[in-house]
Amino acid sequence: MYSEKVMEHFQNPRNVGEIPDADGIGTVGNPICGDVMRLYIKVKDGIIQDAKFKTFGCGAAIATSSMVTEMVKGKSVEEALKISNKAVAEALDGLPPIKMHCSVLAEQALKAAIDDYFAKAKPRIDTNKTTNRHE
Amino acid sequence: MPYLKENFGNPSSVHRFGQETRKAIEKAREIVAKFLNASKAEEIVFTSGGTESNNFAIKGVAYANREKGNHLITSSIEHHAVLNVCQYLEKQGHLIGDLPKRQGFTVTYLPVNKYGQVNPLDVEKAIKPETILVTIIHANNEVGTIQPISEIGKLLQGINTQRRAKSQEQIYFHTDAVQTVGKIKVDAQELNVDLLSLSGHKFYGPKGTGVLYIRKGTRLHSLLQGGHHEKNRRAGTENVAGIVGLAKACELAEKEMDREKEKLLYLRAKLENGINKTIPYAHLNGHPQERLPNTVNFSFEALEGESLILSLDFEGIAASTGSACTSGSLEPSHILLAMGIPGEIAQGSIRFSLGRDNTEEDIDYLLEILPKIVERLRSMSPLWEDKIKQSRINTNEKPE
Repeated sequence: MYSEKVMEHFQNPRNVGEIPDADGIGTVGNPICGDVMRLYIKVKDGIIQDAKFKTFGCGAAIATSSMVTEMVKGKSVEEALKISNKAVAEALDGLPPIKMHCSVLAEQALKAAIDDYFAKAKPRIDTNKTTNRHE
Repeated sequence: MPYLKENFGNPSSVHRFGQETRKAIEKAREIVAKFLNASKAEEIVFTSGGTESNNFAIKGVAYANREKGNHLITSSIEHHAVLNVCQYLEKQGHLIGDLPKRQGFTVTYLPVNKYGQVNPLDVEKAIKPETILVTIIHANNEVGTIQPISEIGKLLQGINTQRRAKSQEQIYFHTDAVQTVGKIKVDAQELNVDLLSLSGHKFYGPKGTGVLYIRKGTRLHSLLQGGHHEKNRRAGTENVAGIVGLAKACELAEKEMDREKEKLLYLRAKLENGINKTIPYAHLNGHPQERLPNTVNFSFEALEGESLILSLDFEGIAASTGSACTSGSLEPSHILLAMGIPGEIAQGSIRFSLGRDNTEEDIDYLLEILPKIVERLRSMSPLWEDKIKQSRINTNEKPE
């Protein structure tokens, strides 16, 4: 059912864990549906220095979250935002059609972590400014 | 391969080759009839498996008796081969276009308690004047809980006696015994059933074989029309090799069943106790005693079933799960949900089906690797992380 790459990431997932002082944390999914992903990112000067994940879910869910943490490390936040679920699935040599939603969840977890990073970074960026908007 | 190569006569043929295979089928029929304690061999009809037998029984009775009534009673924990048939019949009344609106069927799905058992009193309460069929699974395939079929059958017999006195229609009683035949005693008279389904591959017979037991006097339509096979009840040239194999499986089961049951109960208890001792937040699903001897179904909190199955597969162990990921939908097993198990916990369920070839060494091996697998998956799970943090807050003690 799964490609060798998916099984590899499932058996030896990369970057499992938490980042206690993370700059952004994104949690997506629903335990009742059987998939919950939590992504932690550490950002310095706009570059993602480190990423870790925790996932409750099937083989594909674990593999896609593992892969997405690999893909973002070293990228800028802007580049990371462009990572699509298709890219994650392709990096894993493909997923069965019924498991594609796991790659979507991984993309959403990443975006949620980045959103959280922006939200946390806001007060620092907007110090002494009257507006709340940022790029 | 005697019935796939050498004896290849069509059993319906008059010539000697056909008569040979005809004899083989009728001998098989006698064996199965004895195995189920049917009163006559002709009460045994060979089918392609449990699914066909269930479709045959339920649709057969529904269509044959629809002038008298249109209400069916079943449980909320049936296998899809019964559930989907009932749901299909419910839709039959809603025709679209210019076709006249035909009376459809209504179905009552009885609830179960936390062990997954149907209450015979609930069956009684659900009966209406238009009820024509009750179909309840003998033992559930996922958690193994055994239903009070004999009691329900007796209840229906009493009701039918009253109905006969008032010249009302009989209520037929069917049970899907696919999961129980070959594992525990299945006696058509003791169970008080009119119809019973079984599947060969569930007790080491060939895949693609099955039986529908039809008590003499049961009124039902055939599912397959065509030739006059099986006394006009099931058209189609017989699967001779399959039927002979099925009968052999019955013979072997009859011989081995009691001894196997003891062995399975021992292995099952060892597995259950081992899991309870070594894995925290593990819950046994199903009735503690009234359960199939081979079935062990556990839910492990904060982890997901498919990932558990995959990990076990790597270590050479094959098991199954009621999690959504393996059902193709987002919903976990309807059976676990019907038992009141929360969706999140149902997702972390795993079923071990022990069998003829399993040994104590297999159980020891499983107990060695399972806790490590559970620990690894939990260490990756945000739900486990949250659970630990919550229990620290709640109790101010160190959890395991």
